Amino acid sequence: MKAAAFDYVRASSVDEICRLLADAGDEERKIIAGGQTLVPLMAMRMARPDMLIDINEVAELAGINDHGDHVSFGAGTRQRAIERSDIVSDRLPLVAKAVRNVGHQQTRNRGTIGGSIVHGDPSAELPMAALALEATMILRAVSGETEMPIDGFFEAAMVTNIEPGQLLTEIRVPVWQDARIGTGFHETSSRQGDFAIVAAAAQVALAEDGKVTRAAISVGGAAPSPVKLHGLEAALIGKSADGFQDIIALVDEEIDAETDVHATAEYRRRVTRKLVSRAIDDAIAEAGK
Amino acid sequence: MKQVEVTLNVNGKDTTLTIPPRMTLVDCLRDELRLTGTHVGCEHGICGACSVFLDDEPIRSCLMFAVQAAGHRITTVEGLLNEDGSLSDLQDSFWECHAMQCGYCTPGMLVASESLLAENPDPSEDDIREAISGNLCRCTGYQQIVEAVQMTAKRRREGAANG
Amino acid sequence: MVDAPANLPNYRYVSRKRRTKEDRRFVSGRGKFVADVEVPGMKHVAILPSPHARANIISIDTSAALAMPGVHYVLTGDELGEATNSLFHGLDLPNVIWHPLAVGMTRYAGEWVAAVVADSRYIAEDAAELIEVEYESLPAAVDSEKMIDEDQPLVHPAHGTNVLFRKTWEWGPVADDFASMPNTVSYRARWGRSSTVPIETFGVVAKWDDVNEIMDVWASIQMPQYQDQIAAALRIPMNQVRVHNDVDVGGSYGVKRGIKHTVLVTYLTKKLGFPVRFIEDRLDNMSGGDAHGPDRIFDITMAFDDEGVIKSMKIRALDDVGAYPGRAPLQLGKPMTALCGPYRINSIEYEAISVTSNKTGQVPVRGFGQSPTNFAIETGLERVAKHLGLDRIEVRARNLVRKDEFPWKIPPGSIYDSGDFHAVLDGIIKTSNWDDLVARRDALRAKGRLAGVGIATCLEPGGGNNIFEFLFNPKLEITTFVESVLMKVEPTGAITAVMCTTTSGQGHETLVSTIAGEELERDPDTIRVLHGDSLEALPTRSPVASRMAIVLGTATSKAARDIKSKMITIAAHDLGVEKDQIEYADGEFTVRGNPARKLTWAEICHIAHKQFHRMPPGHELGLQAYAVQQVPGAGGLPDENNEVPLYPCFSFQAHVPLVEIDPDTGKVKVHDYFIGHDCGTAINPDIVRGMIIGGVAHGIGAALYEKFEYDADGQLLAGTFVDYLLPSAHEIPPVVDSEHCTPSPLTSLGQKGSGEGGYLGAPAAIASAVNDALAPFDIEINELPIRARDIEAALYEKTR
Repeated sequence: MKAAAFDYVRASSVDEICRLLADAGDEERKIIAGGQTLVPLMAMRMARPDMLIDINEVAELAGINDHGDHVSFGAGTRQRAIERSDIVSDRLPLVAKAVRNVGHQQTRNRGTIGGSIVHGDPSAELPMAALALEATMILRAVSGETEMPIDGFFEAAMVTNIEPGQLLTEIRVPVWQDARIGTGFHETSSRQGDFAIVAAAAQVALAEDGKVTRAAISVGGAAPSPVKLHGLEAALIGKSADGFQDIIALVDEEIDAETDVHATAEYRRRVTRKLVSRAIDDAIAEAGK
Repeated sequence: MKQVEVTLNVNGKDTTLTIPPRMTLVDCLRDELRLTGTHVGCEHGICGACSVFLDDEPIRSCLMFAVQAAGHRITTVEGLLNEDGSLSDLQDSFWECHAMQCGYCTPGMLVASESLLAENPDPSEDDIREAISGNLCRCTGYQQIVEAVQMTAKRRREGAANG
Repeated sequence: MVDAPANLPNYRYVSRKRRTKEDRRFVSGRGKFVADVEVPGMKHVAILPSPHARANIISIDTSAALAMPGVHYVLTGDELGEATNSLFHGLDLPNVIWHPLAVGMTRYAGEWVAAVVADSRYIAEDAAELIEVEYESLPAAVDSEKMIDEDQPLVHPAHGTNVLFRKTWEWGPVADDFASMPNTVSYRARWGRSSTVPIETFGVVAKWDDVNEIMDVWASIQMPQYQDQIAAALRIPMNQVRVHNDVDVGGSYGVKRGIKHTVLVTYLTKKLGFPVRFIEDRLDNMSGGDAHGPDRIFDITMAFDDEGVIKSMKIRALDDVGAYPGRAPLQLGKPMTALCGPYRINSIEYEAISVTSNKTGQVPVRGFGQSPTNFAIETGLERVAKHLGLDRIEVRARNLVRKDEFPWKIPPGSIYDSGDFHAVLDGIIKTSNWDDLVARRDALRAKGRLAGVGIATCLEPGGGNNIFEFLFNPKLEITTFVESVLMKVEPTGAITAVMCTTTSGQGHETLVSTIAGEELERDPDTIRVLHGDSLEALPTRSPVASRMAIVLGTATSKAARDIKSKMITIAAHDLGVEKDQIEYADGEFTVRGNPARKLTWAEICHIAHKQFHRMPPGHELGLQAYAVQQVPGAGGLPDENNEVPLYPCFSFQAHVPLVEIDPDTGKVKVHDYFIGHDCGTAINPDIVRGMIIGGVAHGIGAALYEKFEYDADGQLLAGTFVDYLLPSAHEIPPVVDSEHCTPSPLTSLGQKGSGEGGYLGAPAAIASAVNDALAPFDIEINELPIRARDIEAALYEKTR
């Protein structure tokens, strides 16, 4: 299990990275950040880039900042930094809950939020949370910077809509300003710390009367990509803690579950309903406190 | 084959090597620097046998290319020994508690445990299990490892209280 | 922590808390594993595996690979198959040919087709990609059960069938016993294809020295007759093969048996003239290493009275060994040793069926087939209790062999040496606070969770008298399973012991030094234990089935007692008294009744090595002893009823776990685990405890997580650690171990085996607990592993 040969460039700036990507020609040039997904793929020779562009030493790509209406994450921000961040635990409790389910200390020390999103693993937790909260992704290329909503970014299992030549530099996750907010995150995996077989993330805002005024719900692992449950979110408006069970079946319409060695499609569908339900329960209960 | 020159700081010592960029850090430590205490178990980032410190954080050295480690401090199990070559308190506790059988996962377990203790001097059993949950052991069922970490934490707390 | 047995004899070192000899090098990062062996000039091997489960090899073009800089050789099956003999099978299968590289046909996905030798593993992998193989893909034989009577593609066409072995034995009056019983239960129990999967893969380094005609082999090996098999395959005399036993083996639990790897590498070094190394990577190991474990279907009927006392049982066991059988089919034989578990069953019918399929080969796994069998028997005890509405513990208690009945002979002929099964069972019921566990279970249930308490007992045969092999293959007329030790006392008094196997975590150096120290009243820390190589070797079989504690341990006592006797002879001569006048204690040889007249340990060593004039006439110079130990009770062939005593020593456990199941996801959480354990005298309590808990962890893996899953086309779906799930520290609960000690009458210090019991009992205990949790829904799952999705699906079917 040794990677095929490649050229290595340790980049020192975003501009340099974009140039290297733009000049790729026929070569496959790949960004390496934490490497926690890419390196195993290379070891199994399922990925064989001609050049690796190492972005780990680019300081401008790391960091968590509070901008009031959103928190920005440099794409190279380590999962461990997110786990330890007061900004995240104060401002983005859903992200804080999600990151607790990510891997193990050794992988969180290297793995980055940007890498996790760009790889498009259907069961990765951080992309799910970012998707639920409608994060905006900042992509850079030599032609300039573009913003892209995360919804629609995930194309298929391990496939995303990033263009050749583009670098994900930043993820902006909105901070809700509503008075009463609650979050829930539930996951089942074969072993604790494994990628989710099914995971569900929910964030709600409640009115004074306990009715949901705003909902953000996503699931991971259930389908080939993380899915934002728009239908359920809309249907949840106006519901209260004991009044949403009749709409939970809407989940089935929004996910396209598949069978693999870890679980059957039927299992994924049924468990998704249950975990979404639990996540909403938790979110409403927390918001009601 | 493509080769690059790289200077690695391992256990406090700089060494300059000429290696292919695709050489993983664990292969470099073992085959080039002959630091064979760090082991290879899966080469795809699951078993934790190759855990080493990169700066002050444990990482999997099979998921990193050696060239990427230039400019960082690497510490392996050999670097956990006291300066006079004697066993560290953690290593000694692992021995005292027989926290291993075949010894293959042990270096990775030591790295994961040392990292926990550096951050949390009084870990609960759950904290310990979480800290070593990315390191697979097929021999022990983990319990004597948990006990060794608990023993080290206690020794350090008592040492701090006394000294 | 371990409760010290109440009846512990007054040992100084044995059974005392002592640090092991081995651990210091491991915590220092100074173990010497095979991948740490560096032989100057060695080259590296990478393998090209077959992508097809079954295919004809039409052609192989190696030219592009050979042309790559840094590549030295590309070997294919045709060349190797010509130049070496077929590898050894336990069964007599003249038409099942096994070579390290496929010859003509590939028989499973992952089978090795070609091997590249290059300057580095990196280059070897690059070159392997350039080998062009043309295959004719064929339909594969995958479903184990269909191999018996349905028209299936033939794995080994020359053999003519996919059945490798099928035989029925009857011990005792099965028909009469069935006729006399008012009740029967019939059930199926299924054991999924799993294995021990050590964290270290298999590896081997070999160096042929053509001047001295020596093949040096360093390997991560735990296998009987390794050097014999290398020599046979290479067609060279055994005294040209030198296996270095001082290699630390990074876990084995039975499976480190890389004979095909070794034949490949030894052939290459002999042909190419430089040392060659092959270290499996994880993909090589999981799909191509031929290290899978039992894959078994049991169909069992038990006949019993209204009190739940079982009189007879009929067992049919069908095991799928994959494409190349090796010794694997014999794993249906070892369970004959304890075929009725710890229970007083009067008669047994046993049909053993071994089939081949287009899957990775199977090897011996911890317990050598006993763990699946124990799971199947315990499933029956659960069924009997359920059938009669009796308590599960009570049914077991009624069937256990009683303390005053030892030695107890079971129908296939094994003689259980000693035990107090009821005391251990009662003890664990107390230690676990059974009633409290049940109350906790009920409290969880009241909160809407599913929860269950499990119970399983388990007999662990130890000592490894493998004469059951003869029942499977009369050509294996082997009746000795020897271990030996050479003990030397240096002129200065220091003791060195030489044993001749590798060690893979069992702590053999600690074992030998502790026993020698106990016998000779010398500090074990001062005793050095060496692993001699196979040319220096003493007769040895293998460190399996706790044979080291039982057989090597007894040999060690013998050698030490011999040394002591020789020293007493020298002392008596020098002091001018009869031997029986000499008393030995604490390193001093004293004339009885006259403490002033004595010689020290060092003085006698000096005499023995340096002072011929003070030696008894005709007495051997120096101080050494060599003890060769046969397995206690072994030596005969089966009688006309196919009865024969098998393993000599029998340890016993009772397991009690509490599990909780998430009703929505089916995920099982093991909260608590209690084990009552009797392995006779524990030589080192920490080692015994580690073995037990580690075995339990391994059993939890087999029960809940681990399976080499195949699809219908014979593709392995669990070939990485992402898909084959070894339990982590989160999945294994704290285990409370309660020790009881019934010494074996057959061993030097009463020791028995302890390496397997945790693994033999845990799968049954976990299944018992899960099924207790599912009982309110009238669900029973008797197929391992029981995964979350299986439980969720069963609950869904029942409750929708």
